[in-house]
Amino acid sequence: MPQISQFAESWYAASQIFWVLLTFGFVFFVIGRGMLPKIEATVDARDRKVADDLAAAKAAHAAADNLEESYRQQSDASRAAAQKAVTDAKDKAAKDAEKRLAKVDAELSDKLSAAEADVNAARTSAMAEIESVAAEAAGDLVAKLSGVKVAAADAKAAVKAVLHG
Amino acid sequence: MADQGKVDPMHQFEVQKMFDMFHVGNHEVAFTTSAMWMLIAGLLLWVFMIGGMKRQLVPGRWQVAVEGFTGFISSMMNANIGPEGRKYTPYVFSLFMFILMLNVIGLMPLGLFGVHPFTVTSHFTITGFLAILSFSIVLIVGFWRHGLHFFSLFVPHGTPWWLLWLIPVIELVSFLVRPFSLALRLFVAMTAGHVLMKVFASFIIDGIAAGPAVGLGVGIPSMALMVGISGLELLVAGIQAYVFALLTSLYLNDAVNLH
Repeated sequence: MPQISQFAESWYAASQIFWVLLTFGFVFFVIGRGMLPKIEATVDARDRKVADDLAAAKAAHAAADNLEESYRQQSDASRAAAQKAVTDAKDKAAKDAEKRLAKVDAELSDKLSAAEADVNAARTSAMAEIESVAAEAAGDLVAKLSGVKVAAADAKAAVKAVLHG
Repeated sequence: MADQGKVDPMHQFEVQKMFDMFHVGNHEVAFTTSAMWMLIAGLLLWVFMIGGMKRQLVPGRWQVAVEGFTGFISSMMNANIGPEGRKYTPYVFSLFMFILMLNVIGLMPLGLFGVHPFTVTSHFTITGFLAILSFSIVLIVGFWRHGLHFFSLFVPHGTPWWLLWLIPVIELVSFLVRPFSLALRLFVAMTAGHVLMKVFASFIIDGIAAGPAVGLGVGIPSMALMVGISGLELLVAGIQAYVFALLTSLYLNDAVNLH
């Protein structure tokens, strides 16, 4: 095994140690301490940036959610208000129409009863006229037929009895 | 070796001296194949990491790949140690990437282009160095943060008083074994995998040498197995790098949080 037998050669161990010290020293100081921290810093910066961006995105998302929620509430409220206004207007219009209808009804019934009263008055006056004319005619007829003069009042009573049964 | 008429599965682990450099005491420091592959691994890793340095907010493919590796280790540190683990991420990340790169480079089929890849992590001088480094950091962090209180690590919560003579001894031994198990696990896994592949390769060569019938009968199953084992070894390369980093982070957790 050369790993053991070569110890006999005076240069073997010294060269091995010297060169591993030199090359590993180079690797440690130049690569491990020189380059590695910079690469780690880059990775850390990227991680931090990603985390920050994610946090910002989350915050923006939450803000958007809040905005949407408040918009929704606002639109709900305004819709409810509009609905209320429509209902109120409908109620008012119905009430107004009812009132106007009642007024018109009352007017119409007043007119109707006045007209009815007029008709009744006309009918009574017409009836009275007919009675007097009939009494007169009856008195004349009696006078012409029998030569008996009938008093106007008697004739009237007789006609009234006939007319009204 | 081929010129001896057979394949030596251990030859691949030999470190070849490329040129001499200088002396430390009576030890000679040379540029070796092992050193070359460590340099290549470090440079490839550096090039790979440069692709992750564009620092774009929306990353490209390469940047995603690099950030995948860094994120993997950072999340492991965070899970095992907590927020304080960030301080140790550079070390564990360097460890993981360096070992992973060395393991994977050792498996690359560079032989097709006439280059012989060398698995640096198959030498316990290297894995031992890294293990002792991790262990030392654990000790330094532990004593720095907790002082002598760090020794309470050897008395787990809920230890009955009549076992106080035994439990700390067991805990101490298991603690001291850590650097050895850390180093040996990686070294053995890498060595065993490469030996296995070399042995199957030698089956094919020896089979062909024994004639066409034997060559086909032995070669085709061996080749099929090698394809499967190569995939398995890639998995092992990743897993061993991960285990080394994971155990280091768990040991660091002991030192930082003391249970």
